[in-house]
Amino acid sequence: MSKTLTIARRELTGYFNGPAAYIVICLFLILLGIFFWSPFFLVNRSSVRGLFDMMSVLLLPTTAAITMGLLAEEKRTGTIETLLTMPLRDTEVIIGKFLGALALLAVLLVLTIPYPMSVHHLGRLDWGPVWSGYFAVLLQGAAMIAIGVLCSSYTENQLIAFFSAGMISFAFWIVSRFLPFVPTQIASFIEWISFDYHYENMLRGVIDSRDVIFFLSIIGFSLALAFRSLESRRWS
Amino acid sequence: MSDVMIEARDLTKRYDDVLALDKVSMTVRKGEVLGFLGPNGAGKSTTMKILTCFTAPTEGTAKISGFDIQEDSLAARAAIGYLPENNPLYPDMIVLEYLEFAAEIRGIAKADAKKRIKMIVEQTGLGAKFAQPIRTLSKGYRQRVGLAQALIHEPPILILDEPMSGLDPNQAVEIRDLIKEIGRSRTVVLSTHNLAEVQVACDRVLIISKGKIVADDTPDGLRERAGKARFVVGLIDGGPVDGSKASTDRAEKVLREVGGVERVRKLEAEAGEVRFEVLPKGTDDLRPALFKSAVDNQLTLIELSREGQNLEEIFRDLTTSAAKSASIAPAA
Repeated sequence: MSKTLTIARRELTGYFNGPAAYIVICLFLILLGIFFWSPFFLVNRSSVRGLFDMMSVLLLPTTAAITMGLLAEEKRTGTIETLLTMPLRDTEVIIGKFLGALALLAVLLVLTIPYPMSVHHLGRLDWGPVWSGYFAVLLQGAAMIAIGVLCSSYTENQLIAFFSAGMISFAFWIVSRFLPFVPTQIASFIEWISFDYHYENMLRGVIDSRDVIFFLSIIGFSLALAFRSLESRRWS
Repeated sequence: MSDVMIEARDLTKRYDDVLALDKVSMTVRKGEVLGFLGPNGAGKSTTMKILTCFTAPTEGTAKISGFDIQEDSLAARAAIGYLPENNPLYPDMIVLEYLEFAAEIRGIAKADAKKRIKMIVEQTGLGAKFAQPIRTLSKGYRQRVGLAQALIHEPPILILDEPMSGLDPNQAVEIRDLIKEIGRSRTVVLSTHNLAEVQVACDRVLIISKGKIVADDTPDGLRERAGKARFVVGLIDGGPVDGSKASTDRAEKVLREVGGVERVRKLEAEAGEVRFEVLPKGTDDLRPALFKSAVDNQLTLIELSREGQNLEEIFRDLTTSAAKSASIAPAA
């Protein structure tokens, strides 16, 4: 466990050692600000619903960007060899990398708290849905990060990792929009696998264990596949 | 038996259709510095990757410090310090940060880690550089960082994949001396394709070619095993030998006609001197005959010496022709 955290900490400090973290955080906050505040006064309601809708969209490129290098870069430069010949389990590497990226996302989300606080200043805000909203963003973000770790484990090319992670997450995210066009027999399944459906449920302020379990399953499944990918080096 | 640190049995590695390693077996004892020698693509790195548990053999097994590389992989890895080929490092990390990271992963307690890092930084001569980002370091210093990382947990076994390649001659000598010093208290396996390094740094040499071990001996033993000495004859460039091609050819012909000579080759020489290399047919000492012949032909001899055959030639012999290598390989 402690080795997992060592890896996670290295990743987190790694983001801040270079420009990566600052670029991602700045872009995220600026875009979120523009898209949240510009319609805010038109609607003229003290609600942060729009904030979480926007965050959900921004998560797609953000999670793909912060995960693309996690394993791909180590494979390209060969540092993976130093890392995996240390007395570490492959699972510790995968989970450590996942947690490192998740920690950066958490930092990012903490930095967005001034937005709902500003809303609170302008009109009374119900904080219950805000916290459940943050929980939903974090959970959906974690699922997207796990997909990013998976994509990064299959290639040495960060660009490929970025686009494949973005595409897969986007597919999970958009799929519920196609509900009207699919046969009714599979509609409920399509709904069930959609990120958006579970995210919307949680935004209503009710944390249902089914939604939580859905995202945890996506995380578990993706990380397990990433582990298989890392392990396959031994047999190829 | 307990002083056997690395024991590999019939390691075989197949990548799709390519046979990278073909039943490689070896035993490395405590305190040995083993040179792993072979042309590029011979299987040196593959062997090292298997021993360090980065990849698994298709067939065969190995024990590191008594731990099986597949069943007790974590314990085996804990006993090894490894410097992979091209010394991959995290460029954005500061040297100290990187060593702390390595110490933490190796499970060294915080207080001990500080002491260890201080010692290792001193030993590897990283002193002034430990607060710098790795990307700003020269190649020689990066190599020291790689070595420091491999030594942080005081491993009984060090595996170094081409630790001196890509360094300039001064850096290479520094790193070689460092490895020699480290090797006094540890078992070291280092791969290289540079023969001079092996001659200076290693107690034993394994030569690998096309995935097979073709020789296993001490550097001196290898030279002896190849058997033949070579003689160097130096003549004054003056008198009968006057610098013209015709006169050197004549001198060469004189030497070639000495009994027992197989081959004569002109060597580079300083001005005023002509040097030849004479290879004998058998193992007889040809110096008396060469001397006599020079005197009889009024050639002024200024140098006459016998040398062991160059390791480089042995290496070439062993790794270029499979037929020849078979005759020299141990009957394993």
